[in-house]
This record gives sequence, structure tokens and C-alpha cells, in this order.
Amino acid sequence: MSNPADLLYSASHEWVKIQGEEAVVGITHFAQESLGDITYVDLPAVGDSVSADSDFGSVESVKAASDLISPVNGEVIAVNEALADAPEKINADAFGDGWLIKVKLSGKPEGLMDAAAYEEHCKNEQH
Amino acid sequence: MAEECRTTPLTAWHQARGAKMAPFAGWLMPIQYEGILVEHEHTRHHAGLFDICHMGEFLIEGEGADAALSRAVSHNLATLKEGKCRYGFILNERGGVMDDCIVYRFGADSFMIVVNAACIATDFAALRGRLPQSVSLKDVSDETGKIDLQGPESLVVLESVLGEDLHDLGYFGFVRTQWQGAPLLVSRTGYTGELGFELYLPADKVVAFWEALLADARVKPAGLGARDTLRLESGLPLYGHELDEDHNPAEAGMGRMLTSEADYVGKAGAQTIREKLLALVIDGRRAARGGDVLALPDGTPVGRVTSGSFAPSLGCVIAFAWADAAHADADAYVVKAARAELPARVTELPFYKDGTARMKLK
Repeated sequence: MSNPADLLYSASHEWVKIQGEEAVVGITHFAQESLGDITYVDLPAVGDSVSADSDFGSVESVKAASDLISPVNGEVIAVNEALADAPEKINADAFGDGWLIKVKLSGKPEGLMDAAAYEEHCKNEQH
Repeated sequence: MAEECRTTPLTAWHQARGAKMAPFAGWLMPIQYEGILVEHEHTRHHAGLFDICHMGEFLIEGEGADAALSRAVSHNLATLKEGKCRYGFILNERGGVMDDCIVYRFGADSFMIVVNAACIATDFAALRGRLPQSVSLKDVSDETGKIDLQGPESLVVLESVLGEDLHDLGYFGFVRTQWQGAPLLVSRTGYTGELGFELYLPADKVVAFWEALLADARVKPAGLGARDTLRLESGLPLYGHELDEDHNPAEAGMGRMLTSEADYVGKAGAQTIREKLLALVIDGRRAARGGDVLALPDGTPVGRVTSGSFAPSLGCVIAFAWADAAHADADAYVVKAARAELPARVTELPFYKDGTARMKLK
């Protein structure tokens, strides 16, 4: 699956969709594929603040667990409540229904990759 | 890493189908094809096919083999009839578990023993040391393929591929037959809690037999990922996790199995309880994992988790954990997982109670 061109990407495999002052954050198709079947997601509450390069939650699959690293600074204004009972939505649609949180941005995101650079990053990680 | 691993006759098949491969006990094995949850569910309701060629098989025969093997392993061979197999242990001198294994009786003094892949060399050395030279011990692991067909639809599939009626086969019964002229041992055993078969045949026939079974639409290949969630839900121990050299069978909750009257190695220490294996249920989806600390509700550490996972067929988290004997009788504990403390309560095995493994076929 290709990485949508309208998103930005972090080295730790989160994606960001910037919508003016807000951003939607999720994990990439590559990330969900490496994790395998996702069985649990731990997300922050609305009102919590998130900081770039710090963890804001975690995601667990049958075999592994890993931290979610925020690609942006800001305040959480929405979380994907549907994931509590159906975390498999991340596997099924990582760039859509499987979104994690929506953030009110405080400052312009920095150090993120475009789709082409991210694809290169994934290729290097596979070897 | 991966390139140093041993391969099975099916490794290329798995890779060609895009399976996720990983080293397991020194072998490059398929972890999943489509996904662990799909393969788990398919095995619970239809039939999953597992490449288990990495496991070891030894043949033991010669005059006096019955008496000699009775002193080498914990199995009660006095009540093991021809055509039946039995689960048990190879113990060290202290009663600790060197391996868990299944012994098949072929005849009065003729047996096959099936052992874990990681233990083949140590098991062979231990058995050779325990058996007299008049009894032959042959490692046939390399030339023997093993594939497991597991799930409620396994019987109809296997009967149709073999053109044979297998309804007479009871749980832990086996029959030696043929498939396309090659010897095939069909054993009604498995590691999933479902009706199923462990199938042994010459390694060079494995790929063809695998494909013949998969030609039936009810069968899907399943990897070691699903094998692990299925065995855990069914309350079956995994060597190196729930069983090891520092714990005896009684500690692992299998003391009642030790009915052999023979003077087998490790017998004296096999019933001494210092730690007890607990079966735990944790509400929610956040998993306990092997290595997590087990504590009393007040926070006092009393043991550690050996295996833990989200249980797909139960919708909650389940785990096995060692607790020191003095603190093993509580109803509730806390698991100190990497990112949270998880309240756990003790339950009875198996975790998943709807398995079809023991169903009557007639």
C-alpha cells in the first residue's frame, strides 16, 4: 500500500494530516504491518498535551508492544474512541478509520518527512 | 541471524507465500501467513495446518526397551497400550523438567518419542546415557516430517485425503497407514485444544502431503503465532516458558500425571513444591507478557509471568505465572506489566473451555 501524498511522516512511523491549526495523527501501514494484529491501544484523554518526540500512548499486538511517539506539539482535542473495542481498525485502515488522535497544534511541526522520503526510510529499515 | 537457522522441507513454500518468518529454537519458521487472529479463528472453527517439522523424533527399540524407557522418562508405560501415546517428561536428577514429550508405543519393546526442537541434542544425550546399549536409540528427526492438522473440520478433511475412516481413533490414539505409498503415522493429538491430528511422514513427502491437505478449502495454513495463542487458551504449557529444568511437573500442576511405578530418573524430586504455576485472567486488552513481575495486591513481588497474551477466543488477557508456594493460594494478584499494573485473578484450566480435542467420534 502506498503512503498518501497529503500526509507527513515521522521516523517512528506515525503519520500526520495537517488541517489548518489542527492535525490528525495515526500510525502508518508499514507500522501496523510490522506489529501484526493489533489487540490494544492506549491513548491519551482529550485535553492532555502531547509533545513532539515524546510518547503519548502505546499499541500492542498479539506478539509485541510499542510506544506511540508524537510527531507534533499540541493539545488533544479528539481521540478515536472506536479503537477501544476494535483496535483491528488500525490494521484494516491505518490511514483512515484507524486514526488515533486529533491535536490542536501549538507551533508548526518540524523534522517530518514527505511520502517519498518516508518510503525510502521504510526501505532502509527493512534491511 | 536468519541465515544461520535450519530450515524445514516447507520453508521455501512459506516464503513463496509471503509468510512472516522468524527464528524459533534455531529454526526459521513461519509466524503467520494472513495474520495470527485469522489463523487462530480458522483453526478454532475449521482447520489449520501447521509446519512442525522442527520437532524431534527418536525410535527406541530392542529387548528390554520397555523397562529401560520406564526408568528414563516419567510416562507410565505399564498402562500404555500399543496404538496409544502418552504425554510426559524427561526429568533431570532433581526432578526438573528437561523436556516434555510424547511416547508412542509401537510394540512390546518398540517406541517413538517426540521431543521439542530446542531439546533434541540434550534429550538424545540424556536418553542414550540412561538406556543400556542393548536398547537402540535412533534420532530420525531429519528424515521425519511432522505437520499438524487441527480444528473441528480436520477429521473430515483427513478422511477425504486418505480415503480412510478414522472414527475409531480415540484421543491420544494413533494409527500407522500410508499416503501415496509412503508410511504415514496419524496421531489424534495436538497443541490447540481442538480436534486434530499430528501427522508424521518421510521428510521428502511433506510438501506434497501439505499441498494435498491445503487443496481442501476448509484448510488454511497457520503459523507459530496462532499455535501459541491456541495452546495458551487451551492451558497447554510451552517448554522454556511454563516448563524448565528448575521446576518439576508437580509445580507446573501436572503431579497427578506421575503415576508410573517405575524408578525413573528424577522421581524423588518430582513432587516437591517450591513454586506453583498459576492460571490468570486479566480484564481488558492490555497484555501481561512473559517476564513481567507477579505481585500480591499490596505490591509484594511473589513471582513472574511465563506467558501472557490477549486471548482471541475469550476477548480478555490470559497468562501463566510462577508464584512462590507460600503466596500461591491467593485469589487475586497484580501483574506489573511494562506500562501498567494489571489486576489479575486466578482461574481454572483450560482458559478456553469449548475446545473439541476430546470429542467422541462415534
